Amino acid sequence: MSVLESKIPEGPLKDKWTKHKNDINLVNPANKRNIDVIVIGTGLAGGSAAATLAELGYNVKTFCYQDSPRRAHSIAAQGGINASKNYQGDGDSDYRLFYDTVKGGDYRSREANVYRLAEVSGNIIDQCVAQGVPFAREYGGLLDNRSFGGVLVSRTFYAKGQTGQQLLLGAYSAMNRQINRGKIQSFNRHEMMDLVLVDGKARGIIARNMVTGEIERHSAHAVVLASGGYGNVFFLSTNAMGSNVMAAWRAHRRGAYFANPCYTQIHPTCIPVSGEHQSKLTLMSESLRNDGRIWVPKKKEDAIAIREGKKKPTELSEEERDYYLERRYPAFGNLVPRDVASRAAKERCDAGFGVNKTGEAVFLDFASAIKRYGKEAAFSSGNKNASEAEIIKLGKEVVEAKYGNLFQMYQKIVDQNPYETPMMIYPAVHYTMGGLWVDYNLQTTIPGCYAAGEANFSDHGANRLGASALMQGLADGYFVLPYTIGDYLSKDIRTGKIPTDSPEFDAAEKDVKDKISKLMNASGKHSVDYYHKKLGKIMWNKCGMARNAQGLQEALDEIKELREDFWANVKVPGAAEGKNAELEKAGRVADFLELGELFAKDALHRNESCGGHFREEYQTEEGEALRDDENFKYVAAWEYKGNPRDAQLHKEELDFKNIELKTRSYK
Amino acid sequence: MKLTLKIWRQENANAKGKMVTYPIDGVEGDMSFLEMLDVLNEDLINKGEEPVEFDHDCREGICGACSLQINGEPHGPDKLVTTCQLHMRSFKDGDTIVIEPFRAKAFPVVKDLIVDRGAFDRIQQAGGYVSVNTSGNTIDANSIPVNKHDADDSFAAATCIGCGACVAACKNASAMLFTSAKVSQYALLPQGQVEATERVQNMVRQMDLEGFGNCSNTGACEIECPKGISLENIARMNREYMSATSKG
Ligand SMILES: Cc1cc2nc3c(=O)[nH]c(=O)nc-3n(C[C@H](O)[C@H](O)[C@H](O)COP(=O)(O)OP(=O)(O)OC[C@H]3O[C@@H](n4cnc5c(N)ncnc54)[C@H](O)[C@@H]3O)c2cc1C
Ligand code: SF4
Ligand code: FES
Repeated sequence: MSVLESKIPEGPLKDKWTKHKNDINLVNPANKRNIDVIVIGTGLAGGSAAATLAELGYNVKTFCYQDSPRRAHSIAAQGGINASKNYQGDGDSDYRLFYDTVKGGDYRSREANVYRLAEVSGNIIDQCVAQGVPFAREYGGLLDNRSFGGVLVSRTFYAKGQTGQQLLLGAYSAMNRQINRGKIQSFNRHEMMDLVLVDGKARGIIARNMVTGEIERHSAHAVVLASGGYGNVFFLSTNAMGSNVMAAWRAHRRGAYFANPCYTQIHPTCIPVSGEHQSKLTLMSESLRNDGRIWVPKKKEDAIAIREGKKKPTELSEEERDYYLERRYPAFGNLVPRDVASRAAKERCDAGFGVNKTGEAVFLDFASAIKRYGKEAAFSSGNKNASEAEIIKLGKEVVEAKYGNLFQMYQKIVDQNPYETPMMIYPAVHYTMGGLWVDYNLQTTIPGCYAAGEANFSDHGANRLGASALMQGLADGYFVLPYTIGDYLSKDIRTGKIPTDSPEFDAAEKDVKDKISKLMNASGKHSVDYYHKKLGKIMWNKCGMARNAQGLQEALDEIKELREDFWANVKVPGAAEGKNAELEKAGRVADFLELGELFAKDALHRNESCGGHFREEYQTEEGEALRDDENFKYVAAWEYKGNPRDAQLHKEELDFKNIELKTRSYK
Repeated sequence: MKLTLKIWRQENANAKGKMVTYPIDGVEGDMSFLEMLDVLNEDLINKGEEPVEFDHDCREGICGACSLQINGEPHGPDKLVTTCQLHMRSFKDGDTIVIEPFRAKAFPVVKDLIVDRGAFDRIQQAGGYVSVNTSGNTIDANSIPVNKHDADDSFAAATCIGCGACVAACKNASAMLFTSAKVSQYALLPQGQVEATERVQNMVRQMDLEGFGNCSNTGACEIECPKGISLENIARMNREYMSATSKG
């Protein structure tokens, strides 16, 4: 097994990034004009990378599958973005953010990367404010903060429940500025279908114009993949319908190692599944756990009565409720990290205390918060003897100002009023910590191919803390990648334009076309969704919140079988020339059917529990995750070898010099 | 529920389109409108017919991809929701539902219910930004305090999802509500002041070039906007525009 070269700079942790920036080769502005960079994805990572690269002088081409860069799935992020500004004076610092992230990730991330992330986090907020991102503010005009799970400080910046939208529109506006200057060409409704390597280097892509069906060649000196996460391998997730692994997976097939595919985040607060027709799951932001209290009935009879509609949750007294997170984790209470909160909900529901028809839901209750805020509001407005009704009215107003759009979303979907009755929530697939392996420079194992944002594996270890994905996407895109890529591109100043009429482009284009015609000409028994839903069921039941060796072994075989069935029998109606949504889906599901198998293989090989990866065989007596640092303190990077199950493991040992490895405790 | 769907089918931008009738059964109130179309499509695929194409992605009312003119109203009968958040409980057994693409000269049909809203991108490219470099040499965020009310109003304008319902609702197919939302976001913030004059002029010029109609203050856009973007933004943009043109 080879050792992966992580290229972590020498020197003390806090000086590494500064020193590295001083050491890397630069490309002079005149030469940048002769260098082309392709960016796949226009989410926070891709959009911000494209904007900064263009501003530095490179010629940038961006690609996205939506009709506009502004619709990338980053738009849906709700709760907020972290930064170690310490504006609240509550003892925050770069080190604390670094520490929380490494601990939150259950000691499975690379120290140097995480520290850099913390170090540039403050600058993200400065940048976004300068761009006109309308963050929430206090009455004094300064920026407001809230708390997220797994931390004891208030470092999350937000824009109501639409933080992702506002940050993405900021990145999109920076892109627009560069489009207007002619430095970015944006290809919308274009899907990357393959990565083209020339002399072992990433030199371009094959893309499909989703409107005309044309297969196009695009060359560049480097390719950045910022194509998002692969949560949709589960079919049901909080990701957008089109979120997919195609770009990353095709790069993997061309030689980029795929790291820790089994690290998936199951988010504790999502709207429960309502029926078979369900196409996606909706997140209720983690920020709600600042004020919402999670509970199930103490007595099973009550749970059953509630399930059957014979009792209302509001009829249960405080004593009849089990605030199980507050009970099990007094120090962090409702703000434990996501993996812990999700498993605790599953544990209660498996034990028979679930509160909706399917028995797979717990309550998230705002009644106490409404009262508390109401009292505060009444008091500060001079109404010292406010009645109960006045207090509740005022409290509802405060809660509405904080979470209004989330409450509205909930009401639309569930048809219940969360101001009057507690929300019902259940964990759902949300984020993938795994992704393309990258070194400190964010370069994959293919020279010239970089990965940023959720598409890479880099910063979150085995579990991501809330509000840290937006931070990572923008850190990668605005501040890290545009510099580290210069080191590589400095060797390309004399290369000249990369031609697209080479045998490598011919071969890649032929591969893509063959694949499409194979899909169009399969026997036509079942729709693409039929396969995707089946895959989702296997993944959720056997590779979901809790996994065991036997289930994973079964999953490996079942996925392989399903994949073979898919290629023989899938039905793609219509023609490949022109818009064809079924063909688009088929291409994505084909890749999920490969990734799923590697996922199961990775989960099976990791004989420990850590973060989002919970192996039932490895738990403490109290049901907490049991890590095995002696044998598994490494990143598992898989090399493609034909069949996913034949992938070869490469280990990057993780070295913890600045943090002491401990058992995570939130008690 | 049993429903009758009348859906606009059009092969591509150059083809002639027509309305086609599809009966559908087994629709549940908990389904979203798009999930109802998923069921129809699954059925069409199994019958060997081509499914109906429509734009969608997030399915939670934030990406702005979904559109659809439903019984003559953009995003259907419910207020303050996008099509993807519309649930079938808003309809009743036996209803006939007419589903068409958003209609506007500046939004040509791509296929079936999908239209090309690229004009919106081009309006934003003309000036919907603050010209700061993104490489990180900025001042501390809290050195630019912003009055909370202004910040909140700016945020409210910035929540426009770029769906185009305002254009589809307007008898003149005007894009004033959309354009004014962006202009207002920056007009309300100190960061946006420096380029205010050029911004509003450039964005309005592009809006006119794209072939959107004039605003006749009917207010249909505000009523149909799923995000409650207020007409006050149009008034603000008009003021900005007047003062910009008087400055020259
Ligand atoms: C509902 C929800 C709420 C969240 N809330 C928060 C939060 O509050 N705080 C937080 O920090 N994080 C949050 N997250 C996580 C965070 O939003 C994402 O991890 C992050 O936005 C991912 O950004 P990205 O740029 O990597 O990818 P994305 O934004 O997903 O962008 C992917 C891009 O790649 C393009 N693309 C993909 N495949 C192809 C292809 N083959 N060809 C061409 N283009 C392609 C897409 O078109 C898109 O432009 C949330 C996530 C979800 C789903
Ligand atoms: S103003 Fe409203 S209707 Fe118009 S694009 Fe924006 S969100 Fe859609
Ligand atoms: S699908 Fe995103 S807003 Fe409707």
